[in-house]
Formats: sequence, C-alpha cells, structure tokens
Amino acid sequence: MENLIALLVAAPLLGAVVLLCGGRRLDRTGHWLGTLFALGSFVVGVVLFMDMLGRDADDRAMHQHLFSWIPVGGFQADVAFQLDQLSMTFVLLITGVGSLIHIYSIGYMEHDERRRRFFGYLNLFLAAMLILVIADNYLLLYVGWEGVGLASYLLIGFWQHKPSAATAAKKAFLVNRVGDMGLSIAIMLMFTTFGTFAFGDVLAATGETSEGKLTAIGLMLLLAACGKSAQVPLQSWLGDAMEGPTPVSALIHAATMVTAGVYLITRSGAIFNGAPDAQLAVVIVGAVTLLFGAIVGCAKDDIKKALAGSTMSQIGYMILAAGLGPIGYAFAIMHLVTHGFFKAGLFLGAGSVMHGMNDEVDMRKYGGLRKYMPVTFATFGLGYLAIIGFPGLSGFWSKDKIIEAAFAYDDGIRGWIFGGVALLGAGITAFYMTRVMLMTFFGEKRWQPDAEGHEPHPHESPKSMTIPMIVLAFGSVFAGGLFSLNESFVHWLEPVTSFEHPHPVISVPAITASTVVVLLIGVAIAWFMYGKRPVPVTAPRGSVLTRAARRDLLQDDFNHVVLVRGGEHLTRSLVYVDHTLVDGVVNGTAAGVGGLSGRLRKLQNGYARSYAVSMLGGTAVLVAATLLMRAV
Amino acid sequence: MSFPLLTLTAAVPALGAIATAAVPAAKRTAAKWLALFFSLVTLALAVVVGIRFNTGSGADRYQLTESHSWIADFGVRYELGVDGIGVALIGLTALLIPFIIVAGWHDADPQETGNTRWRPTQGFFALILMVEAMVILSFEATDVFLFYILFEAMLIPMYFLIGGFGDRAHAGSDENAAAQRSYAAVKFLLYNLVGGLIMLAAVIGLYVVAGTFSLSEIAEMRAAGELEMATNTERLLFLGFFFAFAVKAPLWPLHTWLPNAMGEATAPVAVLITAVVDKVGTFAMLRYCLQLFPNASEWATPVVLVLALISIVYGALLAVGQRDIKRLVAYASISHFGFIIMGIFAMTSQGQSGATLYMVNHGISTAALMLVAGFLISRRGSRLIADYGGVQKVAPVLAGTFLIGSLATLSLPGLAPFVSEFLVLVGTFARYPVIGIIATFGIVLGALYSLVLYQRTMTGPVKLEVAKMPDLKLRELLVVGPLIVLLVFLGVYPKPVTELVDPAVKHTLSDVKQHDPEPEVAAK
Repeated sequence: MENLIALLVAAPLLGAVVLLCGGRRLDRTGHWLGTLFALGSFVVGVVLFMDMLGRDADDRAMHQHLFSWIPVGGFQADVAFQLDQLSMTFVLLITGVGSLIHIYSIGYMEHDERRRRFFGYLNLFLAAMLILVIADNYLLLYVGWEGVGLASYLLIGFWQHKPSAATAAKKAFLVNRVGDMGLSIAIMLMFTTFGTFAFGDVLAATGETSEGKLTAIGLMLLLAACGKSAQVPLQSWLGDAMEGPTPVSALIHAATMVTAGVYLITRSGAIFNGAPDAQLAVVIVGAVTLLFGAIVGCAKDDIKKALAGSTMSQIGYMILAAGLGPIGYAFAIMHLVTHGFFKAGLFLGAGSVMHGMNDEVDMRKYGGLRKYMPVTFATFGLGYLAIIGFPGLSGFWSKDKIIEAAFAYDDGIRGWIFGGVALLGAGITAFYMTRVMLMTFFGEKRWQPDAEGHEPHPHESPKSMTIPMIVLAFGSVFAGGLFSLNESFVHWLEPVTSFEHPHPVISVPAITASTVVVLLIGVAIAWFMYGKRPVPVTAPRGSVLTRAARRDLLQDDFNHVVLVRGGEHLTRSLVYVDHTLVDGVVNGTAAGVGGLSGRLRKLQNGYARSYAVSMLGGTAVLVAATLLMRAV
Repeated sequence: MSFPLLTLTAAVPALGAIATAAVPAAKRTAAKWLALFFSLVTLALAVVVGIRFNTGSGADRYQLTESHSWIADFGVRYELGVDGIGVALIGLTALLIPFIIVAGWHDADPQETGNTRWRPTQGFFALILMVEAMVILSFEATDVFLFYILFEAMLIPMYFLIGGFGDRAHAGSDENAAAQRSYAAVKFLLYNLVGGLIMLAAVIGLYVVAGTFSLSEIAEMRAAGELEMATNTERLLFLGFFFAFAVKAPLWPLHTWLPNAMGEATAPVAVLITAVVDKVGTFAMLRYCLQLFPNASEWATPVVLVLALISIVYGALLAVGQRDIKRLVAYASISHFGFIIMGIFAMTSQGQSGATLYMVNHGISTAALMLVAGFLISRRGSRLIADYGGVQKVAPVLAGTFLIGSLATLSLPGLAPFVSEFLVLVGTFARYPVIGIIATFGIVLGALYSLVLYQRTMTGPVKLEVAKMPDLKLRELLVVGPLIVLLVFLGVYPKPVTELVDPAVKHTLSDVKQHDPEPEVAAK
C-alpha cells in the first residue's frame, strides 16, 4: 500500500507534462485529460484513506522512500514521503476540491483558447501541493512550497496580456520569496542544530536543544507561513492575486495553497510547543490578520476582493489556533477543511455570477440576482451561512472551537484579549458576508449596459459548474457537524498533533451564546446598511477608515513608497556608481600603475587588424620565450 | 604507457579548430558541421573520462595522469590528471560547446558580420574549438606553469571572438557598435592580462620557494613537512594567484569587464565567456589557492567572503537596474559567481560541493537563458528590454523556454541551480551564520530581476514590432530542449555529480585542515 503514495503526485505531474508539452493536438481533449489525472489522484487518495482507517490509530503513518536526493557529507536530503493522518486530511481536501474545480473549469474556461494550458497549470499545482503535504522532510516540503508558488504565479498571470495580471503574478511570487527566505533559514538552522531536517528526526529531538534555538526556528517558520498564507505583514499579494481566473482563486487562493502556512506550523508543532515566545508571535500574527482581513473585506466592492479579505481573515483564525499549541492544532486543521469547502463554494459562486454578468466584479452593479441564478444563489447562500458560523453549519463548529481555544490561551489577560479578538472577528465576518450576500442577490437590479452597449443577461451557469457548487455546498453544511460527532476529527488527528482540552476563561456555553449574539449584531448592521436602504451604484466617499480599507489599509501605499520607489532609487544610483565609480576606480588604478587607461583609449581607436597583429606578436613572444627556455 | 585520454580530450577540439579553419572559404556549411562533429567527439571523450574516473574511497586523488618532461631546466612538466571537480567541469565544457555551436550557427555568416574578405565562419567556429581545447586542458593540468600558460593563452581566441563577432543588435550606428565592441574586447583582454601578469609573478615566486611547478610534488613536500613558506610569502603568493582568478571569475570590484564583454559579444560567445571560460577562475581558486596556500587562504577568508557577499547582493541589484537584456544576465552571473566563491571559502563540504555543482548548474542555466535571449534578440534586432512586450502571445514556446531559463536563474526548487545554491547557503551558514543569512536575501533579489525581465519582455499587450515574431525554430529547440531537460534532471537527481565531486572536496578540505562543524545535537 505504501508504494501507492508516489502515485498521488505522479498522476497530476504526468498530466502537467503531457498537457504543457503536448502542443495543439491536445487542445480538444486537454481539459478532460487534466480532470482525469486529478480524479485519478483523488481515487488513489481514497484508497489509501480506506487502508489507513483499517489500522490502529497509532499505526497509521505510512512511509515511502524513493531515492537519495542530495547527499553531501552530513547533509542528507531524500525524496521520501510520509502519509499520516494530517497529510491524509490535506490529500483528500486537495485532490477532492481540486477535482471539483477541474470539473468546474471545463465550463468556466470553455471560451478560452488557452484552456489546455490552464489545465496543465492546475495539474502542476496539484502535484506541487501534494509534494508539500506528503514530503517527509523540510527540504522536500520546500520543493512543493515553491512549486505551488510557481503554479500560483502562472495562474494569477494566466491572462498575461493584461499588465495588471502580470504585475499581480510577479508581486505574489516576490512576496512569497520573502517568506521563503524564512523557510530557507529555518532549514539551515535545523541542519546546524540537529544535523538533519527530516520531520521525524527533528521533531523527536526538540527537547535536546535550547529554547532560544527553537524560538529562532519557529519565528523563521512563521515568516514562511506569513508569505504563503498571506498573513500580516506579507499579506499584500492576496488581493491582487484575484486577477487570476476565478477557479484559481477558489482552489489556490482560498481552499488549499494559502493554507500551507497552517500546515507548516501544525506539522512543526513540536518546535513551537518548546518555544512559547514563537507561539505568542504566531497568535499575534493570526489575531492581527483576522481583523485586518475582515476590515478590508468590509470595504471592497469587488466581489472577489471582498472574498479575498475574508480568506485572509479566516486563515488568521487558523494561524491563531495553530499558535495556541495542542489545544488549537486540531481545530486549526478542522477550520481549514470546512473553510476549504465553503470558501471554495463561495468563490465558485462568485465565478458563476461573473460568468452570467459579462465578467463584472463590482457588486454595486449586481443586485437581485437570486431570481436569475437560483442554484448559484442557494449554494452561495449555504456557503454564506457556513462562513458566518450559523449554528449547525460547518463554520459554526470549527470557528466556535477556535474562539473557545483562544479564550483558553492562558488564565489571564491574554485569554481575554485573543478570545475577544476572535469573537469580534466573528461579528465582522457576519457583517461583510451579509453585505456581499445582500449586494449580490437581493435588492433592485443595478446592472447597466457596458461601454459597448451590451446589457448583461444574467443566467444560470452550465451543469459542469453548478454540480461542483452543489457538492461543496453539502460540505459547507454537513462537514463541521460530522467532524464534531464524538470529536471524531480531533481523535483522528490526535496521534499526530496531540490534543489537550482547552479551559477557557469563561464558560463554553457563554462563549457560544456570545458568538451567536455577535453574529446577529453583524447581520443586523449589514441589513440596515445594505438591505433596508438601496445600494448606490457609485460608491460613496465613506469614512477615513473605509477609504483606508479600500486601499488595503494603506499597506500597498507603504510598500510602494518604501520598497518600490526606494528600490528603484537604490538600483538606479547603483547603476550609476558601477558605471562611474567602480569601473572608473579600477580602470584608474590600472592607469596609475601602468598607464593602461591611456592605452585602452588608444587601442579603442584602432582597427581590429592592429589588435590582431599585436596579439599575434604577443603570442610569438610567448612561444619564443618557451622555446628559449627549453634551449637554455 | 597508458592511453593519453586526457590529452586526447583537449587534442580533439584543437585538431578540430585547425581542420575547421582550413575549410575553403566557399564551404561554410561544411565548416560548421565539421566543428559540430569535433565538439561531439570531444563530448563523447568527456563521457569516457567520466566513466573511467573512479570515485571509490581508496581511489587516487588525481587519475588518468600523464606526465612528460617539457622544459626540463625549469622543472616545467606536461603533467595532466583529473579529480572529480575537474571531471565535472570538463563535462560541462564539452557539453556546452555543441550547443554554443548550434546556437551560433548563423552568427558568423558573411551577411551577419559584413565581412567577406576573410573567412569569418571558419574562423568563428575554429576559435570556439580553440577555446574549448584550452579550457579543457586547463582543467586537466596539474603543473602550475602549464596551467598558467593555458590560463593566459585562452584570452587570445576569446579576444577575437568578442571583438570580431559582435552582436548586431545595437542601438547606435554600425560605427558606434564597432567601437563599443572593440572597447569591450580590449577591456576584457587588459583586465585579464593584468591579472595574469600578477599571477605570473606569483608563479615564479612559487617556483623560487618550492623549486617545482608540480602540484603532486608540492603536495608530497607539504606532507613531509619539507615545504618552508614564510607567512608573508605565502600570503603574497596567494594574493597573486587569487587576484588573477578573481578578475576572471569575476569578483566585485573587478567585475566591470564582464557586462561589457557579454553585452557586446554574440549570445553564444557570451555563454562561452560566463558559462565556460570564467569557470576556470573559480575552479582555480579551489584547486590552486586552497591547495597551494592553505594558511593564507584561511587568513584571507573573511575578506573574500565579504567580497563574495557584496558580489551577490550588488550583482543582483545591478541586474534589476539594467535596461539591456544581455547586460542583465551578465550582472546576474556576477551575483552567481559571488555564491560560488562564497561556497568555496566557506570551507565546508556542503559549501565546496555546492560551489562545484553551482559551476555546472550555472553554466547550464545561463546557457539556457542567454541562448533563448539571443534567439529573441536576433528576431527583433534590439537588446533593450523596453523594445519588447507581449512576446508570450505571439511566440509561446520561446516565452516558455525563456521562463524556464529565468526560473532556473532564480533557483527554483526542482531545477538544478536550487540544489547548488541551497548547498552553498547551508554550507556557509554552518560556519558563518550572519553571512549566510545576508546571502539569503540574494534569493529574493534573484526572483526580482528574473521575473521583472520576464514580465517586461514577455507579458502585457503585444508590441507592434514583435507582432510578427516567429516562434522557436527546430534548430533553436534542439539547443534549448536538452538544456532544459538537464536542468530538470540535475534538479531532481544531482547525485551523479555530487558523488563525483565528493572525494575531491574531502581532499581539498584536508589540505586546508578544516572539518565540517558538528551539529549541536549529536545524531543518534
């Protein structure tokens, strides 16, 4: 059974190679091939899952060693896989949601002449993401880590002829690279500390080194997680990433890739458990991001960007939970999975709306769409109820647990602060998601003919698109409850992540009650602002905060002034320095020594022939000298 | 006497050069095929060298040795032998030359060079083979004087290749282009000659101290404790050698000749410079600086590491600021040479194995990127980044290969350069954490210049001038395709090269009496 693990990666990887190198003759079948490879990987995942369920909880991890990758002295990197409960959870999420999104894309990308390539990139993404979650060491994880970055780069910039898409793709890759520095340094630290970077060896030996080392490694891993999971301060790329086709936003920038940071921290649990300071940093990053994303999500009129803010915020919840240690890991992953369902569903719904609205993304130009696209409305609505944590639906179970765990961070002030932030976030989530819902599906229709006079004719999307949405809606409704039955999800992960029951500073029923109250307040405010009153087609000026939030709380402006402008000035002045100073000084020194500069100028004015002659002369002298030496 | 395999690997391209040069003026195509044939035979011989080389634990350091008296009075001998590092670099050279020849197939046609009086085509390919012969022999020489002669002599064909066959895609007038080309060629020559002269002084100094030029004899003397070298003498001699290698490598601040040379030369010649000839510099640091002057090498390490670090960051920043595609690649190479030199002087097995692997990988990745850039430039007739835009739409295969070359340049995991770059970083970090961490910034900057280049040339709306640009032709695909396959192969399975290099690195580390730092937590 172990030998099947590599097949998980091999199927989509083969798909990517075939589709990308196959040329035009695959244009007509490429999308089916790509979907088949994705489904194949999913089937392998299910087979392995069944096998895993048949074994004892402590004996479920499987290993497959393929070959020695980089062996240099004490540095031994292997291409080897490890499939345990944590990896398995991801494998099913990635291949399952991934397959659905392949199917959805068949319809969504129908009119794109480069559809084959799109499916090739999607397959490439699946392969890389699977490497990321089943690698058995940090260096191989790094391959998947950057591999998904590449796939994300290619897919964000899929419509490369749009300069905004090309810029967004580059930005995403660069910001991620800053995070990757963290991963690189973490691996180097592991190597110098433990002499290895394989999960098993490192995580078993954390007790033998100092807390300082663990904190340093932990902080570097956090930096990596911030990049990939769009957490403050490296979150700026995610909003722009919405330039990619919507299925990409659903799969990569909502359900799977952006959660890689949560995986990394949870996987490295043993390191963080030994480094409370690093954990505090993780929790702070999570808390700040969950508010940041939520506030940005409130102000955006672009439906995809509002959802992107929401994604950031929800991953903030997961990161926060992962920073809480054994009381939070399982819930972080549980929220990750439920979020995978409802956020993918929401994005696919947004794509379906755009599909019917001539690719319009401005929610101020939607309105009343529930009548025109009932299936989209129903599935989007269920996703909406799930994400705001409506009692009984998936998000309720997973988010509520994170809020509880946050209140249990410690007995004192920290529990109150982070619990409070998580609770507040739930209220804001209810507000902005209700806003999206009302602006899109309720109220008066506000669409107008576009510049060329085409009036949108909103219509329901084809079956290939609605079926995946329906499947995801089922997940949005039932997954959370199913996972919480007898705490089955927690028990499933416990052998890998360990688990402790949280003891919050206030009682659990009180927390649940406040969550519901906060939720209702958020919904009510949104209804007063966007449901009761008509929505203006052009955005009002808004308060200072609204305007700042529309601009991603000015972070891009800061980046632009400090990094982009500053960097441009730096490189420009360096080019000048190199040309005049360095070149000049080196040439000048040479001139001082042997008058070379003058000769340089003189030689420059001659003809190639005269150099040839002088060179020939030089060679002759050299040969003569050698012969002479021999003769003497 | 055993079969002189090593001599043959250098003699074949040398003979090929003569044969190609002798082809009558009218038979240009025959000359090209002849040159390609000889370069392929050389590649086959290099493969034989690789197979014959024994990487077992008890194997000799230098193998396939040949030794003949040459200038007896000065103890100069024709001594050849290879270690794993040499084998790897001979392999790289022999591998790249056929690609360079095919990529430059039309670069020296009379209508390209505007010269019909002499035989430019024959000359061009003969010179390339000449360079190959000298570079390969310099990787094989185990006599310091022999090495020196080759180190200097290879400047001559290189000079003609740069000055005589410039890139026609030039912003200014033809006259202006010719002047810039000559400037670049002369600058290349003078920088390297000055380096060589200083090295010559050091070579003579070494003879005075050691009484021999033979590496093996010097090693024996050192092992027996018979080699007396005053601290200051050793340091001076080290500096003499190092200076020459640092010009060739090139190391900041001696790098300014490279952007000129690579910018003005045709793309295949630019590859010849940076991917092949410059490797002699870093190779010689490993072989001669560390082995002959271990104490001085240790003494100089902090300064060299800082210069290497400056090269990494400075080269990358300068690459970001370039407006000329080829100069951008040149500055990127300066950054990469910084990594190589850093790895060598980190004095750890990961650093030095990584550095050697880096030489090989950088050769392949730069060749891939630069040759595609050359194909691109030849289509549009401009080297300026701003003259391109939207190429992806009209020539997707060209753009795709250019992207893969760019991704290799930014060391994407899965492609070969990642392995070497990470080894260099980890090898440096193990001994010098601060320098290792600063060097890590190089990975962000590397992504910046690579992706900015790709974005500006390949994406966006299609510029009018590129709208009719044809995609890669079969000949061009035959150049780029195999290079990309190699980049992937060595990224996934670098073991053949690391195993080849490993014993040589162990020897070098024991020369400088260094051991890898132990991890804090002992392995169980």
